[in-house]
Formats: sequence, structure tokens, C-alpha cells
Amino acid sequence: MTTLQTVFAKAKADERAALVGYLPAGFPTKDGAIAAATAMVEAGCDVIEIGLPYSDPLMDGPTIQDAVHRALTNGTRIADVLRTVEGVAKTGAATLVMTYWNPIDRYGAERFARDLADAGGVGTITPDLTPEESGPWRQASADAGIDTVFLVAPSSTEERIQAVADCCTGFVYAASLMGVTGARDSVSSAAQGLVERTRAHTDLPVCVGLGVGNGRQAAEVAGYADGVIVGSAFIRRILDAPDEASGLAAVRELGAELAAGVRA
Amino acid sequence: MRQVTPTEGTLLTAADLAGNGVHGDDPDVHGKFGIFGGRYVPEALIPALDEVAAEYDRARNDVAFLREFDHLLRTYAGRPTTLTEVPRFAEQAGGARIILKREDLTHTGAHKINNVLGQALLTKRLGKKRVIAETGAGQHGVATATAAALMGLECVIYMGAVDCERQALNVARMKLLGATVVPVHNGSKTLKDAINEAFRDWVTNVDSTHYLFGTIAGPHPFPEIVRDFARIIGVEARRQMLELTGALPDAVCAAVGGGSNAIGIFHAFIGDQNVALHGYEAGGRGLETGEHALTLTAGSVGVLHGSRTYVLQDEEGQTIESHSISAGLDYPGVGPEHAWLKDSGRATYHGITDAEAMEAFALLARTEGIIPAIESSHALAGALKLGRELGPEATILVNLSGRGDKDMGTAMKYFNL
Ligand SMILES: Cc1ncc(COP(=O)(O)O)c(C=O)c1O
Repeated sequence: MTTLQTVFAKAKADERAALVGYLPAGFPTKDGAIAAATAMVEAGCDVIEIGLPYSDPLMDGPTIQDAVHRALTNGTRIADVLRTVEGVAKTGAATLVMTYWNPIDRYGAERFARDLADAGGVGTITPDLTPEESGPWRQASADAGIDTVFLVAPSSTEERIQAVADCCTGFVYAASLMGVTGARDSVSSAAQGLVERTRAHTDLPVCVGLGVGNGRQAAEVAGYADGVIVGSAFIRRILDAPDEASGLAAVRELGAELAAGVRA
Repeated sequence: MRQVTPTEGTLLTAADLAGNGVHGDDPDVHGKFGIFGGRYVPEALIPALDEVAAEYDRARNDVAFLREFDHLLRTYAGRPTTLTEVPRFAEQAGGARIILKREDLTHTGAHKINNVLGQALLTKRLGKKRVIAETGAGQHGVATATAAALMGLECVIYMGAVDCERQALNVARMKLLGATVVPVHNGSKTLKDAINEAFRDWVTNVDSTHYLFGTIAGPHPFPEIVRDFARIIGVEARRQMLELTGALPDAVCAAVGGGSNAIGIFHAFIGDQNVALHGYEAGGRGLETGEHALTLTAGSVGVLHGSRTYVLQDEEGQTIESHSISAGLDYPGVGPEHAWLKDSGRATYHGITDAEAMEAFALLARTEGIIPAIESSHALAGALKLGRELGPEATILVNLSGRGDKDMGTAMKYFNL
């Protein structure tokens, strides 16, 4: 199993940033998600975040909302999420689950951590779990041997960055802008400053997400961050494709462009 | 013990808002009422929530702020609102005395105006020029648009597309008041989805914008702030009951959507152990049909919209869509303080079906000449049942949280008028 630690050590040795791709389980179909994530890995993603589709994704923009809605409509459940993780982890990519807190809360923190580890998952990203509420989840994750990743934002004070970084293992997720998920024309100028501020508080890798969608932007972010996170742009390619095969081709093409970007 | 009995004409005091540690039931520093409440939101919003909490802390101890709020409540909102005893309606309640707290007589026609005026003043103190809000029945949206017009703030209201249709009159009111109304087409197209969309706006525009939250749900400090600004309902009613009847009521009844009108009237009575507190949720087509909004009665503990509370959810934590004939109660979550009052046993919560609510709606109109909001009609239907249980000696105070003008479209369809 590939861990986040080995991914970032290897990327560092190669003097490049790691490429992190996001895709919800069950999108475009249950098996289609495994195929698409596999294509992302083959094209050069080092880490895959499998989204756990949730009914109330309040920090997601229209693209991810649309994908998640389709996943829920086709009956995607937590067992499918775990099966997706299992399928993707087999490719050799470090595989995480990105999820709002309530599904884990309801499933049971210990049970989810255990089941995720058993599926070959290496950790979670929980965007709405604050340091104050994260104690039980960090304990359960430590017991299961998986990493916990939390987010810092441009609005975060130094105290908050410290508190969030103290809860992270694996890496720290820096949200590049104030807003919801979705590709943007340019990467927010706030991102670099946030990464620099975060580095003052932790030795963990810092990855930048929100708004990155093409090779040029990936190269720009790779200039100052340890990892580049891309989600909506992959989903958009699948949504816009006339059929599954051309969707996969489009995903490969974008993955290759981004992989070149993080090596530029 | 609380001693909040300001007399007519005295200025609203800091103690009338619940702060200053006067009361033992403020949430803790993390916004927790027991295990409920807290903050489950993107980190990006934490500084804004901290800023709102800090400014509210200063405001509630600032005499100038209290004076301005008090002045607006009296000269703009029309407070204090009166009590009205309704004996002809109460004939259907086993002869118990039923007394209404007339929030329907406030400016804009519902209790929502109290919270909105307080938060609009807070918005000005925060130096923000734009407010956003979610709305279900449209009453909170109308109240927010009203306060925004009064104070010269830009105003955007998010409203589920289904609710825009069933509360079309309120959409027109908001537009006339200068607000932009954004119909939300996601999910169930009702209040919960409007809240999601408002949060997305807030995280994007947080520097310029205050999210003027409309009920006692959401992340800390909203449950506390909205409660404190709605609390005047119970403060007045407690004093008025003593004046009118010489005693406290045996029971206080209120409808529960997110829970603001209910906590508003309950809170001043929490220390009065002989006063029973009854909340009425929307039973929709009935518990067994699955089409209801019985969050406290049939939900389970989870996290929704930034707060740990009771939620209508499936076994994997997906929110279950609620149903109610009343847009204002059509919500699968509830304020954390109600979750806490339920678990502590201090308050009791029940369901009222669409049919029971509509019957009470028509009955109050025919017997007393008052057309209530369908939301409030759930509390009226609850009082009828409770009166029959308690008998003719009982005195029941009901929060008539709003008026029914906005509901005439629904009533015309329901009763073939
Ligand atoms: C008249 C009236 N009563 C009650 C409610 C329900 O809200 P809450 O439970 O926050 O009082 C609404 C909400 O729109 C309303 O308009």
C-alpha cells in the first residue's frame, strides 16, 4: 500500500509537486468511478480523493453538486464508497476519502476508520470537521492507522492555522480561495500567502485545492506547494463527454496535462 | 432563578437578552448545549463566526445598542404585542383558557422581525453592507428585506423553488422591498436547500456580507443570538400573563420549525418548573407515511447545517427530505437548544398533521376572526388537544407566531375557497 508519506517523499525527491485528483464515488456510475479514477492514476495522479456523496454538500459548487447528485440518484452507499477505494488503491495510488462529517458520525467513527483501512484507504479529508470537534475522529483514525487531513483557508488566523495543522497527519489542505469548489480562470493570489503562512506552523506537506483546472495553473501552484488538488475540472470533462469512453479519454488528457504541469 | 420581569415602558435590559451569564443555560464556549450545537462548518467561515460572536458579546452589554434595538421594537415592529384570550376557539379545547401571544400583529406579520432587527443592527456594527438570508415561508425573507430597506443594506434572499411557488405573495413582497430573491432548484427545493445555497454565498462573500440567519439552528453563535433576539416574546408574555390572569400559565405551546418562535416564548419560562413547555412539529401526512417534518419526534442525533442536533436522516447520515403543508416548518433539522430541552425533559415535542393544522387554522378564523399562519396553526391544534387533556381549569399560552395572509393560496386550494 502506498502511503501519503511515501508519495510526498518521492515527489520531493523528483523535485516536483504531487498531483491529487478528486472524484465522487458513484459518478458517473459505480463502476465508472473506479474506471475514471484509475484513468486519473494512469495519467499521473499520485493521490486520489474519493468523495463520499452527501445530500447537503454546502461547500461544493455546481459541478461537484451535479456529480454527487447523480451518484446519490444511482444509489451509491457507503459500501460502494469503500469498494471504490479498494479498486483505486489497487492501482498503487494513495487513496483517501473526502467527506462531510455526518455520514461518518452516523456510520460510527471507529467502524468507518477500520473499514476504510481494511479497504486500503490511507486517510480522510473532512472539510466541515473543525479542530474543536475532531478529537474522537483523530483517535479513531490513529487507532486504525489512517491519516487525518483538515483544511486551512485564506481567512484563517495564525492561531487557527496552528490548531488545524496540529490535527493533521499526512498533509494540510490549503483552500486557495474564499468560496466553494469549482475550477476558476485563475488561481487565487491568496493561495501562495496561505501556503507560506501554513509552513510556519508545520513540517507537513501543504497541498492547494479549489480553483485549479489546467496545466498552467498546476505549474503555477506547484511552484510553491507540495501538492496540487484538482476535482471539478475532471468532473467537468466527464459531464461534458457524450459517452463513457470519451469521458475517460478526456480525463486521461487532462490528467496528463496536469501531470506535466506539476513537473514544469 | 431568573428575575426578568421588566415593567411596561422600561428599557430593554441586557438581562432581557439572555447574556451576561445571568442564566445558567447559555451554551459553552464552543457553542454547546450539552452534546448539541457547536460548529461543523468549513474552516473558512470560522473567523466570520468568531467575529459575529465577539461583536454580539460587545453589543449585548452596550446600553446604546440595547436602546436602539428597544426603540426599533417599539416604534417600528409594534412591540409590545398584546395577548388575546380566545374563548370561542377554546370551546373546542375542553373549556381550558387559551390565550394567544399576538406576534402576528408585528410589522411584517410574524415573530421573525424581532431577530431580524437585532441582527440588522449587528450587521451595521460589523461594518457590513450586504445581508443574505434563507427563507422557507418567506416571513424571514420579508423581515430581512424590510430591515435591509430600513437600514440601506443590499439584500439577497435564497428560497427553495417549491416554496417560491407556495408563498408567491411573499416573493412579491420581498421584491417590492428591494431584495433579490434567488430560487434554489437543488435537492428538495425547500428550506434546507436554501440554507445550503446561502452558506455557499456567505463563504464566497464573507468580507462584505452578514448571513442573517433566520432560526435558532446553524453553527454557533447563531442559535444563541437568534434566541436572544426572539426572547422578548416570552419576556413580555410572562409579565402580561401575570397581569391578565394573576398567575403563570400551566402550559406554553409553540410551533417548531427551526425553533425560533418556540424558544422565543419558552425561554423566559424555563425556570418556572410548573409551566409545561410544548413544541409542535409538522406531522405532514402522518408519521407512518414518512412524509413529515418530525425531527425531534422521529429523527436521530446527527449534524446538519453546522450544528449537532436531531436530524431526519437515513442510516448512512443522508438527510431525508421533510414534508409539511407549511413551508416554515418543512425542515429536517431543528435548533440544538430544542434538542437539549427535549433530552433534558424540560420541554416536550409532538407532531400535528397537515389536516389537524388546517382544521385549527379554519377554526380560529371562524370563531375569533383571526387568520393565523399555517405554521402557528400547528401550535393552535396542539393547544386544542392539550386543553382536552388538562381540563377546564387549565390556562394555556399559545405563540401565534404569524398571520395567515401569506397562506391564502394554500388555503384556497385546501378548502376550495
Ligand atoms: C409564522 C411562522 N411561524 C413559525 C415559523 C417556523 O420557524 P421557527 O421554528 O424558527 O419559529 C415560521 C418560519 O418561516 C413562520 O413564518
